[in-house]
Amino acid sequence: MDTLVWLIPLALFLGGLGLWAFIWALRSGQYDDLDGAAARILFDDDLKKGG
Amino acid sequence: MSLIGHPRCAHCGAPSTARFCCVGCEGAHALVQGLGLDAFYQRREGALGLLKPLDPPSADFASLARSDAAGGQTLELMVSGLTCGACIWLVEQALAAEPDVTRARANLSTRRLTVAWRGAAERGNDLAALIARLGFRVAPFSPACLRASEDAEGRELTRALGIASFGAMNVMLVSVAVWAGGDMGEQTRHMMHWLAALIGLPTIAYAGMPLFRSAWRGLRMGRLNMDCAVSLGILATAAMSLSETIRNGAFTWFDGATALLALMLAGRVLDRAARRRARQSAAELLALQEGPVTVLGETHPVAVERVVAGAQILVASGERLRLDAVLEDPQAMLDTAATTGESQPRRFAAGEALAAGAINMGAPFIARVTATARDGSLAAMGRLLEQAEQARGRYTSIADIAARIYVPVAHVIALLTFLGWWGLAGLSWEAALVPAVAALIITCPCGLAIAVPAVQVVASGALFRRGVLVASPTALERLASADHVVLDKTGTLTEGRPRLLPGAWTEADLRAAAALAAGSRHPLARALSRACPEVQPASGLLEVPGEGLLLGETRLGSARFVGHADDAGLSLHLARPDAAPIAFRFADSLRADALAAMREFQLAGLTVELLSGDAPDVVGRIAAEAGITHFTARATPEAKAARIAALAAEGRRVLMVGDGINDAAALASAHVSAAPAEGTDLAQAASDFILMGGGLLPLAEAVQRARLAQRVAVQNIALAFGYNIIAVPVAIAGFATPLIAALVMATSSLAVITNALRVGRGPLLRQSGPR
Repeated sequence: MDTLVWLIPLALFLGGLGLWAFIWALRSGQYDDLDGAAARILFDDDLKKGG
Repeated sequence: MSLIGHPRCAHCGAPSTARFCCVGCEGAHALVQGLGLDAFYQRREGALGLLKPLDPPSADFASLARSDAAGGQTLELMVSGLTCGACIWLVEQALAAEPDVTRARANLSTRRLTVAWRGAAERGNDLAALIARLGFRVAPFSPACLRASEDAEGRELTRALGIASFGAMNVMLVSVAVWAGGDMGEQTRHMMHWLAALIGLPTIAYAGMPLFRSAWRGLRMGRLNMDCAVSLGILATAAMSLSETIRNGAFTWFDGATALLALMLAGRVLDRAARRRARQSAAELLALQEGPVTVLGETHPVAVERVVAGAQILVASGERLRLDAVLEDPQAMLDTAATTGESQPRRFAAGEALAAGAINMGAPFIARVTATARDGSLAAMGRLLEQAEQARGRYTSIADIAARIYVPVAHVIALLTFLGWWGLAGLSWEAALVPAVAALIITCPCGLAIAVPAVQVVASGALFRRGVLVASPTALERLASADHVVLDKTGTLTEGRPRLLPGAWTEADLRAAAALAAGSRHPLARALSRACPEVQPASGLLEVPGEGLLLGETRLGSARFVGHADDAGLSLHLARPDAAPIAFRFADSLRADALAAMREFQLAGLTVELLSGDAPDVVGRIAAEAGITHFTARATPEAKAARIAALAAEGRRVLMVGDGINDAAALASAHVSAAPAEGTDLAQAASDFILMGGGLLPLAEAVQRARLAQRVAVQNIALAFGYNIIAVPVAIAGFATPLIAALVMATSSLAVITNALRVGRGPLLRQSGPR
């Protein structure tokens, strides 16, 4: 039972980390262009600038 | 390099006899090669003739650029024609090659381009022109047309989904511990339940908002929708679980409530994503057709809405007349195909009324505005369209019907369960609530709620890949039940641009004529130029609007213009001083896939008729060519709408296909409607489907796919019902543990989703190749 005292907060912390990462990605516009993102990964030469 | 006879234009991909279909494409190809970006042509997934370079954009982009503190400028543009990864690569690379551009980023989902550069704001116009030269159409990005508010709503939905998923997973973690830990002490279980409540309640309160709001809206309008059932289920479950937690009961249902919430939100996000594309494409097309008006006496172009009646406006060559007006110049040449359906441009004399929507095919002219944008004929058509839309808004989708039957039944079952246990079995009311809420959870229509959206997402996605955009939520269902097709002629059944017919002329005659024709915007002259694209335009040309072209003694134009009596149909005459006059005849050809599409419609059991505003002989010939027996010519917009109403009164479910302003009312009043992407904005606004590829065959396929989708949707509803019917007795009997509820929910949803995936599979038409 003692392990639960550690494991549950740990699990919640890790889950919370995931949630924070998701909200951060959403805020920084990474979900704005899902079609473009799917295509961009196939570009073998990087853009000279921007991106 | 012998590419003569190449079936497609090397740049835009449109059918073409020469390597390039026009001078613009040749220039664009040279530009792409000059930048060393040829890889574009291997990468793109198949252009649909959408990459045609047009005239440079008319808007003033320099004034729209935002400058920042470091002396840089940022401009947001809307780019039409971005269809695949290769397009965004090409656009970004081409801009990055400019030395002063610091950032170029294209968004494939929203067709939006952000470009930043150092230096003067005026560079914005050059950069926009560069994109236009590649063949993409650009327009200033206007947040209004992309409905920024809806975008924010989408974001909220995504965030709610993320939070609900997080909550569901963590509550489930705690719950599994409770289910599995049979030897768990009462104290520990109590703590676990409190932990689940601590995670579950805020999750439900925050992530449930989109559902609760929609349910509230439904209730206020006096309608029980699926969201009402789901919201009530979630809220009742949460309240019940909380009371069980406080009483230290054996079971709580926070896991079920959060999982249901996450599932519902996932369905909502997917559903939205499928339709957002169509909505955005429509908005983008509308924005591209908007434009300022040149008012005499004003230094800057004026927005259409601000032009007052009585103002004098200048309509440039090729510009669309946006307001009703009276011609002030002695004469003008206008293409009224969009407003009346006439395939030939017509000459107007001073004092004649011009209807908004026509395109100036001749020299620039001055006209006096007779009605503001709000009172004009376009607005009147818009109102007509709104009325028709409202009539169509009453269409109830199969999901609504299912919800209307299902929701009261589920609630009554829960109530009866409570009364049964409390009144008949003599339990305390707190204890009797447990099986009642369990019944409510189990009957919670999660499978049912995603039964139809899942099918629509898959079907819309499959149609999108074939170039058919679905613009309305009930469009697929209505398309599935269509039994009669009404087609407009110009621009719908035909390509809307004339093609040179073989005749008694030689290659040299053609070259001589094309040299003159290259200087004109008249559709016939353009057709002549297309037939002989390599000829350089002659210099010193004189154009007599509505008559023809003059170069010294050589004349090209109407029969009257060259002093000829014979004038039959679409023809141009070439008169040279040293040779006999020569006639070039043209025809507006059927779309390449028109015959195949007609056959498919007939195979699917739909009857076809042609309804056109054009002259009877032209309509008759095209109808015969397409194998359509029933046709009407010279139909006014009112007549078109009346014909649709008459058909509806006969009990026919009409699929109307049209592209013009004159078709808009008919499109809106038809059972279901479609417009080609090249059509006018009004026609697209009135339509349920937009055909991006231009052809009719994808629409014929859409009918088949819609029917398949309809069948699968009905199956899905039956499946979801079935699962619930099996589970309900278990809940009523009081055996429903959270495990059983979760299992029922997951399996019914999975079954429904798996079944829905069938709709997207494989080509449906016999002649469509592997794809």
